[in-house]
Amino acid sequence: MSKMQKTLKRLAGQKVLFLMILPCMIYTFIFSYYPLSGWIMAFQNYKPAKGYSGSTFVGLDQFKFLFQDIEFWRSVRNTLAMSLMNLVFSFVFAIVFALLLNEIKSLGLKRITQTVSYLPHFLSWIIVCSLVSNMLSTNDGMVNNFLMAIGLIDKPVLWLGEQKYFWWVTTFSNVWKETGWNSIIYIAAISGIDQALYEAAELDGASRFQKMWHVTLPGIRSTIVVLLIMNLGWVLNASFEVPYILGSGLLQDVSQTIDIFVLKYGMSIGNYSLATAAGIFKSVISLLLVFGTNAVANKLGENSLM
Amino acid sequence: MKNFWRIRVGKHNLGDLTFHTVNGIVMIFIAVIMIYPFWNTIAVSFNDAQDTLRGGITLFPRAFSTYSYESVFKNKLMGTAAVNSVLRTVLSTVFGVLVGSMIAYVLSRRELIGRKFITAYFLVTMYISAGLIPTYFLIKNLGMLNSFAVYIVPGLVSVYNIIVIKSFMQSLPDSLTEAAMVDGAGHFRCYWQIVLPCCKPVLATVALWCAVGAWNQWFDTFLYASGADHLTTLQYEMMKLLSSAMQSGRDNSSIFGNNQQMADTITPTSIRAAVTIVASVPILVVYPFMQKYFVKGVTLGATKE
Repeated sequence: MSKMQKTLKRLAGQKVLFLMILPCMIYTFIFSYYPLSGWIMAFQNYKPAKGYSGSTFVGLDQFKFLFQDIEFWRSVRNTLAMSLMNLVFSFVFAIVFALLLNEIKSLGLKRITQTVSYLPHFLSWIIVCSLVSNMLSTNDGMVNNFLMAIGLIDKPVLWLGEQKYFWWVTTFSNVWKETGWNSIIYIAAISGIDQALYEAAELDGASRFQKMWHVTLPGIRSTIVVLLIMNLGWVLNASFEVPYILGSGLLQDVSQTIDIFVLKYGMSIGNYSLATAAGIFKSVISLLLVFGTNAVANKLGENSLM
Repeated sequence: MKNFWRIRVGKHNLGDLTFHTVNGIVMIFIAVIMIYPFWNTIAVSFNDAQDTLRGGITLFPRAFSTYSYESVFKNKLMGTAAVNSVLRTVLSTVFGVLVGSMIAYVLSRRELIGRKFITAYFLVTMYISAGLIPTYFLIKNLGMLNSFAVYIVPGLVSVYNIIVIKSFMQSLPDSLTEAAMVDGAGHFRCYWQIVLPCCKPVLATVALWCAVGAWNQWFDTFLYASGADHLTTLQYEMMKLLSSAMQSGRDNSSIFGNNQQMADTITPTSIRAAVTIVASVPILVVYPFMQKYFVKGVTLGATKE
């Protein structure tokens, strides 16, 4: 029997497997691969009435226009700024929260804090934004009330109305929603650290903070690095909902991200070609980040194994 | 200074005692920050609308009233929204788990011809996406704009869920399916009667992810079905209330009627509070029971990446 025949015979034996997977592959082709053909719009002056074949081909003109547009670069800046702030602060808060929670001796308090801190993760962004806008309200909002009560400010601050606060508002909305949830993985990593290390450190006279710094943190270092790198790859995808919902007209200069730019030019203005070009720009940068960070992760992985 | 913290107080030294007290207070503070905004919203939703305008509602309603809820439940659009939210959540979860586990089963079979290629075929879609505009045109050309199908069909295959289910299936012993195969069971029976029942824990986790994701989704309604009132969802109604509040600062929630009598008894703030609670109650109800599955899922997903 030739190799070809053997394969065919195996294939016949796997008929059912392929019956199960082929429809899913066709589905994936339609919904994930076929839409890539829409990227052709970015190189055309696309008009829906004319279709892909009838629209005029303009080469890289859309990209040229895009790269000369100050509004686009502002969107890129806002995307990067908010994403990086989110990344840094959610990491720091999650790690510190996990470290402190780990030191809590009372099981009851520990469980309640954990349960409560995971909760915001399950609320939708719409609801979180609504809660945030209530809390930051100048009219009886909790944050202003609290700051006035302790005397830090003497009249309510317009948190959601001024450009200089906006990035911090999105960052801390994110921190509020995800800190508890992000800490789960660190808590799991901490519980995997060998207890003998702590006992040894104690014998050497290490204080509590020395133990945290020299035993716990190094113990979860690889987890931190891997997560950091994984998240870095997704950095551009992280900023749509909060800026879109909370960033009203006045704040547009600091709140408009690439995704919002695409939505605005594509859906409201109807300049599909330009919007697609901006979308491609984002996809390509994302892809480079994903592969770049994966490469770094592999390298670091090898190092930590050696 | 070092000696100062070593002073013994009962069984502990002063340093430990101070640390635990401060740490305990910090944790309680964090817990309060996490729960207060939500708790406050509950209080506002049960408070009389006009009374709320005076400010100062914190932990408990001052003038108890269920009128906000009554007007939400009486509103026809909200009723439609609730039905759609429930329907899309149930259907997305059922189909998501079925399709995801089926693909995962096939990919977990080592004898599958072209397994590497097929796995890569699915994995690639995690990293490359066509983007908003081409996807919009696809949905449009498929005739799914303003149809209920748009809630179920486009999100049917989640590669991340497939990876999680697949790695669980691969940790099951081979002998499980081998024995069934020897007895003459086909692949579909193996999948349906042998592998699936063994995967209950991971399926529970994935089902919860699907359910929460579907329940909390608003963007697809906004993008693909905003022209159809009969397709609205709770999250989308919430979005509309929020954005009108954000824009005007004081609108009168036009969908609840504009006449003066209504405006006296309901306010945007109270309606928004009530809708917030209605739109998160299902999650709050299942959350305590499901917490362990959620948590398990996170560690599962991260370690088996």
